[in-house]
Amino acid sequence: MTEPIIEAVDVMQRLGSGAGQVQALKGVSLALDGGELTLVMGPSGSGKTTLLSVLGCLLTPTAGMVRIHGRSILGGQSGGLVKLRRDHIGFVFQSYRLLPTLTAVDNVRLALDVRGESGNTAIARAKNALLTVGLSHKASAFPCALSGGEQQRVAIARAIVGNPSAILADEPTGALDSENGLAIMTILARIARDPRRAVLVITHDPRVLPFADRIIHLEDGRILGEEQPKIRQPFRTPFMPRVVGESLAGN
Amino acid sequence: MPLIITLAARNLLQDRLRFIATVIGIVFSIILVSVQMGLFLSFERMVTTMIDHAPADLWVVSRGTKCFEDPSLLDEHDQARALSVEGVVEAVPVLVGFAPWAVPGGGTTPVFIIGSQTNGPGLHPWHLVDGNADDLSASHAIAIDRTYFGRLGVARIGDSVDIREQSARVAAITNGIRSFTTTPYVFTSLDDAQAYVGTSANKDSYLLVRVKAGADIDGVRGRLLAVLPKVEVLTPGEFRSRSRAFWLFGTGAGAALFAGALLGAIVGTVIIAQTLYSSTKDHLGEFATLRAIGSSSWYIHKVIISQALISAVVGFSVAACIDLIIIETTATTALPIVMTPALTLELFLLTVVMCIASATAAIVRVLRIDPAVAFRQ
Repeated sequence: MTEPIIEAVDVMQRLGSGAGQVQALKGVSLALDGGELTLVMGPSGSGKTTLLSVLGCLLTPTAGMVRIHGRSILGGQSGGLVKLRRDHIGFVFQSYRLLPTLTAVDNVRLALDVRGESGNTAIARAKNALLTVGLSHKASAFPCALSGGEQQRVAIARAIVGNPSAILADEPTGALDSENGLAIMTILARIARDPRRAVLVITHDPRVLPFADRIIHLEDGRILGEEQPKIRQPFRTPFMPRVVGESLAGN
Repeated sequence: MPLIITLAARNLLQDRLRFIATVIGIVFSIILVSVQMGLFLSFERMVTTMIDHAPADLWVVSRGTKCFEDPSLLDEHDQARALSVEGVVEAVPVLVGFAPWAVPGGGTTPVFIIGSQTNGPGLHPWHLVDGNADDLSASHAIAIDRTYFGRLGVARIGDSVDIREQSARVAAITNGIRSFTTTPYVFTSLDDAQAYVGTSANKDSYLLVRVKAGADIDGVRGRLLAVLPKVEVLTPGEFRSRSRAFWLFGTGAGAALFAGALLGAIVGTVIIAQTLYSSTKDHLGEFATLRAIGSSSWYIHKVIISQALISAVVGFSVAACIDLIIIETTATTALPIVMTPALTLELFLLTVVMCIASATAAIVRVLRIDPAVAFRQ
């Protein structure tokens, strides 16, 4: 049996202090395997984003264990968490979080620059990542000149350019219309086909269910259950060549 | 271009008005500091200009002399005693003192007389633009600087005036020999100086001592002090230091200049710190994103420091251009602002230090950033 890319065992997470303290996660256990797209669904305040923060090494759990490639994230210094994040995790945010002063290719290159990778090789890798999401023709565009869908695709390119083993996406389709939302999920599903990579998507959006390999329901800081989607989205959709681009479609 | 520099530059230029305010803050601060320090350098040079141009290995001065313009009279036998000391080649008398100059148009103005023997080494005028030093050997001949023409009421060689009711005739004209005290220097012969200053014959203010080549200066000084117990014997360096200490710090002029420079640096630092801090606050979400995608604290610090350094370079460049104009404008005035390569380098380093120090508050703010902020709307 292969080792999970990320594994959480009985994770508890308290947030805040004093009277405002909240138990956001109450013993969550899950494993993210390579080649899998996992959806986490649940109502607001169920602990989805906290779970994402813990799995993405942004928060150290109050109790329980998180392992990345079998290595515990507990007991390390904050610098160690940063390195784990840098080496293994790619984030996609609901509001894209692109730097408005940088072009698309520079936004993607930033993820390499923080790893100490610069120069022409980094530029080539960033352009290749943009090609993967079908945006090579917009490499020099600033975020303000891109649509929401395009910005999210740049954000996905930034998340994958460092070749992380896990992509954690927080409501990636939340700010997009139906067509762009489906295009983004198609890209993420395609990324998740790589057996060396796990993709976790937090969402409220029922339209994305067909893209999942499994769906985890979270409520009140606990996992209520796990299921397989009833209908699977065929990988190649009619809109894909148009939206995602020839390079990805023909890949 | 490294991505950090691109990011820093664009962060700065995103809010152009704030960047302009930052640059203006740096420019004013650096101009204030450079003018104060330029004046300080100018004063420092001016207060020692006579000592710098005197051909002396040692100065024999009255005990307690504070500066060149603070003369007392030596004993009239001191020259002969000095010449008797082993290792002394020359002991040239110089007489200095204030005298009233009757302005031809009416009224009087004080002048500072410098009398020296004309037929040998001494404290002679330099930067002569009309006439020559030998012309001062004629009776009542004087040399003045053309900067003071208007104030002294003369305009050319041959003009006659009265100094302490003694006649005097302009025989030579210099350019750029200005006094720190703003009292014009008047060069003349030793005999005429005694008349203009109003001392008795054979009285001198200083002895310019030349020692034998290869002689031990300290040894000669010791022997001079042994035969001249009522004087002090100073090297030119010591006399310069004493004059500077008196004019620049004894009178408070230097302290005022330094205080002005310090104030400029503090005001500049505060302005830059304020603008950098507000810029950083505006970009906190972006810095949180950087943290979330795995950047180290140092990477973010480098972005902020780069912003500070870009501000420093731009601000310093503008300030340097304005400084050049100020220096050019004041070059021919009584109070020129002096700029040396060393001072320019020091000012640039000050700008950099000022800007990096200003980045501290912004860096401290970023240290507290929570990368999970990136998940919020």
